[in-house]
Amino acid sequence: MRSSGIFKTQGRTLFAWGVFAILMGVFLSVHPRGASLGVFTTWSNQCAALALLAVGQTIVVLSKGIDLSIGPIMALANCIASHLVNGSPSEIAFGVVIVIATGAICGLINGLVVVVGKLQAIIATLAAGAIFTGLALLVRPIPGGDISVGLSDAMTMEAFGVVPSAVLVMLGAVALWYPIRRHPIGRSIIAVGSSEAAAEASGLNVARAKIAAYALGGVFAALGGLFIGFQTLSGDPSIGLTYTLNSIAAVVIGGTMLTGGAGSVVGSIAGALVLRTIGSLIFFIGLQPLAQPLFEGTVLLIAVSFGATRLLKIKNRMEVFQ
Amino acid sequence: MPETSAFLKLDGISKHYGGVFALNNVHFEASKASIHAILGENGAGKSTLMKSLVGVVHPEEGSILLEGQRLRMSGSGDAAEHGIVCIFQELSIVPDLNVAANICLADPPRTRLGLIDRKKQARLARETLQDMGVGLDIDVHSKVADLPLSKRQIVEIAKAVIRKPKVLILDEATSALTAADVEPVMALLRRLRDEGTLILFISHRMHEVEALADTCSVFRNGEHVETFATGSRSDEEIVQMMIGKPLSQIFPEKAGETPEAPPYLETSGLSWNDKLKGVDLDVRPCEIVGLGGLDGQGQQEVLQALAGVLRGVAGHIRIGEQTEVPNGPRGGLTEGYRVALVPEDRKTGGLFLPQSIANNLTAPILERISPRGVVSGSEEHARIDEMIRTLQIKVSSADLAVSTLSGGNQQKVVIAKWLATKPKLLLLIDPTRGIDVGTKQEIYRLLRDLANDGLAILFYTTDYDELIGLCDRALVMYDGRINAELSGDQLTEQNILSSALNMGVGAEERVS
Amino acid sequence: MSSAVKSKPSVSWSLPFDGPTRSVFVAIVVLIVVGGSFFPQFFSPYYLAQQMQNGAFLGIVSAGAMVVILLGQIDLSVPWTMTAAATISTAVVGANPQAGISELGLLAGLGVGALVGFVNGFGVAVMRIPSMIWTLATNNILLGLLVYFSGFYALASQPSLVMRAIGQGKVMGLPAVVLVWIAVSVLTIFMLKRTVFGRNIYLVGTSEPAAYLSAINTRRVTILAFVFAGVMSALAGMMLAGYAGQSYQRMGDPYLLPGIAAVVLGGTSLFGGAGRYAGTVAGVLLITLMSSMLSIMQAPEAAKQIAYGLVIIVMVGLYSRRAAKTE
Repeated sequence: MRSSGIFKTQGRTLFAWGVFAILMGVFLSVHPRGASLGVFTTWSNQCAALALLAVGQTIVVLSKGIDLSIGPIMALANCIASHLVNGSPSEIAFGVVIVIATGAICGLINGLVVVVGKLQAIIATLAAGAIFTGLALLVRPIPGGDISVGLSDAMTMEAFGVVPSAVLVMLGAVALWYPIRRHPIGRSIIAVGSSEAAAEASGLNVARAKIAAYALGGVFAALGGLFIGFQTLSGDPSIGLTYTLNSIAAVVIGGTMLTGGAGSVVGSIAGALVLRTIGSLIFFIGLQPLAQPLFEGTVLLIAVSFGATRLLKIKNRMEVFQ
Repeated sequence: MPETSAFLKLDGISKHYGGVFALNNVHFEASKASIHAILGENGAGKSTLMKSLVGVVHPEEGSILLEGQRLRMSGSGDAAEHGIVCIFQELSIVPDLNVAANICLADPPRTRLGLIDRKKQARLARETLQDMGVGLDIDVHSKVADLPLSKRQIVEIAKAVIRKPKVLILDEATSALTAADVEPVMALLRRLRDEGTLILFISHRMHEVEALADTCSVFRNGEHVETFATGSRSDEEIVQMMIGKPLSQIFPEKAGETPEAPPYLETSGLSWNDKLKGVDLDVRPCEIVGLGGLDGQGQQEVLQALAGVLRGVAGHIRIGEQTEVPNGPRGGLTEGYRVALVPEDRKTGGLFLPQSIANNLTAPILERISPRGVVSGSEEHARIDEMIRTLQIKVSSADLAVSTLSGGNQQKVVIAKWLATKPKLLLLIDPTRGIDVGTKQEIYRLLRDLANDGLAILFYTTDYDELIGLCDRALVMYDGRINAELSGDQLTEQNILSSALNMGVGAEERVS
Repeated sequence: MSSAVKSKPSVSWSLPFDGPTRSVFVAIVVLIVVGGSFFPQFFSPYYLAQQMQNGAFLGIVSAGAMVVILLGQIDLSVPWTMTAAATISTAVVGANPQAGISELGLLAGLGVGALVGFVNGFGVAVMRIPSMIWTLATNNILLGLLVYFSGFYALASQPSLVMRAIGQGKVMGLPAVVLVWIAVSVLTIFMLKRTVFGRNIYLVGTSEPAAYLSAINTRRVTILAFVFAGVMSALAGMMLAGYAGQSYQRMGDPYLLPGIAAVVLGGTSLFGGAGRYAGTVAGVLLITLMSSMLSIMQAPEAAKQIAYGLVIIVMVGLYSRRAAKTE
């Protein structure tokens, strides 16, 4: 139903943050070291890459698309980083630029295939994902490589000794998105996702908006791949698939509608945090690690089942089909 | 009087879809600072004409000149650059953005950094609404999806007005407005005209046209028939120009007197949500009853409620022997009900466009004619042939996609597929929208024949002529209630109009 | 590929080959001719039989995937439905190893598939959750359940005689699993063309509101389609366990995306409502041949992935361009 409204969208975002707050509270209370900076740092390091990916996926979903290649783009970026992001500061800077540009180009290709090739997003990004995975394998057939230890430390330790860098990274992702959202291109992404016909009739450039959404998704995926590199100090071509699925799960838990137009990047970050905190929680709560996938699956199932509550309000059965 | 020099000129515009001309060598002129009504039936080419003007449709031949300059446009963005802006029927509203963002969508105010200046945007939106003098109660920060239809329409108008167009096109843009908002919008349009704007105005409401337009142009079958000053032709002449022949020849003869049989359908106090506020009506076998009034007064909801599409319908209902609404269209097919709903939009609700004509025709009955779930080819073909014959659907092969048919034949397929279920009560929502006069006439004939054979027919139409010409009785709705019941000599355009606008005349004439 | 023949819309009674199917067959013939001329072993009966065997598992999965895609939905729970059916059926066999009784395992596996399919269909049809998300969630739950329980209980994994016979056996030189694929195909074609259920799949896939208004029980159609897909995944999973001699985790992973790709390459629209089963068979053959060709060439995994992605983009791109032209 279209009349979900601001409240509902933001309500869902708040709900995701509420769930996260509860999980975090439990996590900190069961953690042997409690709420300490070290615990926060380890935890946020586990969250950051998925959070970045979730932001990228949200932008694509806002435009009413979906990017199943977001994990492979991340893997490719990670593998390239393991070659280039090391050495002298200028070499590192060059490497980072190349990695991000790779993400942008991959996203651009997705966008072009969807817009110009007129392929459905699911199949286009699925196929593009296979290509990106192949490229990642070419770049680095087996996990390995080298990533600047200095930069890695800076990104995965505490900044100024008070706040985990990974938290700043996630805040940075939001800070990056908000100006885009307030830029005409960001607005056209949302407009196209909300109603393509209306955007077209209003003279907005629909093709450009869609391509931009995929390109931005690619950039955030590359940032995610870079961050994984900082964590592992290496490149691994096989990390893609689970990240793709988890990014979609994070978007859904965060309250963004897969039907486009309505949703929030902040909610998706909450979704990513929820997914990751569950993993850490299970470890410390003394639950069998074997139960972790089941627990994660159950949370996703419950989260998506909330979508069914809208049915209770529907009085005209035709609206069920929207 | 408006200036005589051609401000906007169309020179030999042609556009065809398949073998059908939507516009055929159209020459048309309109002057600056005037309100120019475009009249014609659905399918007369009005929409294609407007779409050509805003660059959404590209004519194959001819040229468009504005202030003597030839325009080349590849999209609505280009048209707006030239100062041509169209107000659609809420087509260009983005539901997930707020009112201010929508009003400023095409050209949002920017900060020095190039970002959208939301404060200025809100101020501009508020100023525009204030300047227009309507929609002052709209909060520019509320999401458009949360607004009622009439307010969305005002946002749509504001969105066009803020662009200060030289040519403003209104495509049925007033149909969704509440009665209270119509007058201020008309005042706004007059003011814009006085400020020099050319307003092209498409409406099916003759009284609006008469009140507003300086000049009228009539289109028929993609051709420009005539342009004349408002008031220089009588209504009858205009209608004749639009349809090409006098009104009386189109409709079959009515039954004359009220049928004896007890009503097949009876409701009293039918209510649902805030859309239906106590509807009392009855329909007898052999009778065609029309639901009329302005759009969105609950007519569709009455039919949907009776077909079981709505949940939580209250009030007394009797259909045949049953005292509840059926459980959806499936329930409507059961022996106790025999209710069939021909839905509003044949493209999304009535037809499976890319599927074959055959598959469309048999959709509701396939289960019945297929023992143990296996389709019997011979039975299926026999049914299909029968339907095609009875309704005289013009097809070369039933295996072709139904989308290859003309609008009129598509509508026949929709009606045929429902008649195949052998209903006793037929509910139709605007069954003749967008189809040519010839097919309309056939459908009128068909409905009358069905009624004569004992079917009870209740249908909603936006076309007053259909209410007058086809229906035995017309029920005019206003704000979720039946405002007037008109039949016989009472069934006139004047009476329909006054009760549709709730001007009181109809209420007195209400037959209990 | 300058064939000017318009592709006919969706189901009808005419030629079983439409544009996409023809394009795929052309690609297959090119592959075989080019491949065969460089690598003679391509033509050996033993090798071809081997390829057919590989293709049959994918073919069975694709039959299920196609029915769901015709509805305009998607089933992402294929990998763990396969694994779950294989694990539970082989566990039942392991617990009841006597011949005959052990075939209960086969029934249990099919039951698992049907149950998963029902849950999938229920979530999509009744709870109205997008299938992409809902089946992703059920897939994760299955994964969780299997990891959890197989971690606690050492489940015996032993295929029954029938599973083994179908997975490994041959009938007149043809792998038995290929015969199962053929049987599944005949069933699917009959279902899609001649049953009310099959016809309704196309209608619901074209427009669910119109189907609802046409008195079609759209919920039942959707749920049944997912049950069919679940049973097909289960069947493929059990045959695969019979082939490998046991069930194993991640056994279903290589079938999800190729299964969807085969259906799409065969010209079935992901929007639903249009597609022919012959196309899906062609898609399966093309994917199978392509991967075996790359194997013969000893191409690295990277090249396989890239080739795979490019073929899908190019072929599906061609279809949609052609579709846009005929409109």
